[in-house]
Amino acid sequence: MKIEGRIWVLGDDIDTDIIIPTEYLALKSIEDMKKFAFSPLRPELAGSIRPGDIIVAGKNFGCGSSREQAPEIIKSLQVSCVIAKSFARIFYRNAINNGLLLIENAQLPDVATEGENITVSIGEFAEYQGVRYELSPLPRNLMEIIEAGGLVAAMRKRNGLE
Amino acid sequence: MGMTISEKILAKAAGRDRVSAGEIHTVDIDRLMSNDGTTHLTIDMFNTILKKPRIADKDKLVFIIDHNVPADNPKTAAAHKKMRDFAKEHEIAFYEGKGVCHQIMMEEYVRPGELIFGADSHTCTYGALGAFGTGVGNTDFLYAIVTGKSWVMVPHSLRFHLTGRFQEGVYPRDLILTIIGDIGADGATYKVMEFTGDGAKAMSINERMVLTNMAVEAGAKTGIFQPDEKTAEYLAACGREPKYLLESDPDAVYEKEYYYDLSKIRPVVARPDNVDDVVSVDEVKNVIIHQAFIGSCNSGRIEELRTAASILKGHKIHEGVRLLIAPASNTVYLQALQEGLLDIFMDAGAMIMNSNCSVCWGSCQGVIGEGEVLISTGTRNFKGRAGHKDSKVYLASAATVAASAVTGKIGGHR
Repeated sequence: MKIEGRIWVLGDDIDTDIIIPTEYLALKSIEDMKKFAFSPLRPELAGSIRPGDIIVAGKNFGCGSSREQAPEIIKSLQVSCVIAKSFARIFYRNAINNGLLLIENAQLPDVATEGENITVSIGEFAEYQGVRYELSPLPRNLMEIIEAGGLVAAMRKRNGLE
Repeated sequence: MGMTISEKILAKAAGRDRVSAGEIHTVDIDRLMSNDGTTHLTIDMFNTILKKPRIADKDKLVFIIDHNVPADNPKTAAAHKKMRDFAKEHEIAFYEGKGVCHQIMMEEYVRPGELIFGADSHTCTYGALGAFGTGVGNTDFLYAIVTGKSWVMVPHSLRFHLTGRFQEGVYPRDLILTIIGDIGADGATYKVMEFTGDGAKAMSINERMVLTNMAVEAGAKTGIFQPDEKTAEYLAACGREPKYLLESDPDAVYEKEYYYDLSKIRPVVARPDNVDDVVSVDEVKNVIIHQAFIGSCNSGRIEELRTAASILKGHKIHEGVRLLIAPASNTVYLQALQEGLLDIFMDAGAMIMNSNCSVCWGSCQGVIGEGEVLISTGTRNFKGRAGHKDSKVYLASAATVAASAVTGKIGGHR
């Protein structure tokens, strides 16, 4: 599967309190919360992200709390995937469980420029400014959860609700 | 080839003789804890998306209201009501206003050898009793309450050899901040931080909790100590038996070994906005503070309260500084009351809060304003963590926090 999107560049250690600050967690829905995504760092970002955009960040993306609203909000902004040098482990599980694609790559975050386009062939390679960057495939069981649209959707299927 | 204590716990949970780092296994979960940070979301998914499935084993569940307690607005009140009603309907153990969730779990439930999932990142605390506790999101949590199971990738372990004893005025809090400063906020990502050595064995369970609790701040899946006499004493005092008494084999494999001489550790702070930006207290000693906080799942236990009281006794907190103290649980609160510590705090001018997450997570109480500086025993100092996005949080030991509250500037207590 191939996706193409416009890049937003973020740095190292983008924590869950930056992705969605505590004060907005009490809002009624993810739709209400999403306009405050990344607001401590870049208040304009949530309003500027377009469906299909791709976030490229440094190491330890999603560190901090287990709040699942963090990947849910990124998903609801219709970001097609997050490429980072590394991800924090709770965020990683939460993202997969919500069907948000995460891609680990050590080189891209150092060369990516905001506003440029990048093409990703999932599990194979990314193409940016004429250069190919190898990507390792996700384990099959995790890919199945993402393809099902998340763990709950996979459970519904299993319980005969879909 | 031997196994680490973490591999042994996961092997038991997977029903296997052995497991190795990197393998993915389906495991049975011994205990599941969720707090008011996200339980309402889990309940919504349970009721509306999964159409009220059967709970695998209600006796394994514990619900604890500690993040926004008492409720501070109609939204949190509604979330609490949902949680309260669900716990009643499904006969789930339920605590409200009794203390910080991880402290209650340690006082009431955690047993060595158990695999525990918590819908809270600091579930790694339970390794202080030789259990494997790890934080998950509410979807993983929902899956586990419905099936009783989950999947884990067996993590590699890092071993921290602790030798010697702390000098006077230096605490486990200074050690764990020093370690995180050394290895970085992603220095243990996905790994286990196992603490061993004579310095580890000398620590009380409460002191061990200070280390294991912060493992996630280095990215770890959990932090863990091997159970010993101190573990047995703690369990006996709580009236509990271990599930399994497991130890790492002498030929267990570690990805990396670290050595810390406790006598060389000095009082430190983590500067805003990263937990791994750690410097000596002296390096920031003139920073003016507006608020000081002692509490959170990393602190607020009787040892920290005694330390703070010994520093505050006979002093008044500085004009223009608010000092908030939240004992970790009502058990600790009562003990502090009986020992006369609360009198000392009140004489010094502190506000004593009910047992809850309080200032640490920037909601409910003690939120700081634009441009304000907080010194805290909390778990995190992320940008905006304790309130306004342009406020600052320094992390330090209870001793450093108490001393800073008296002088109005970050400072030493020796």
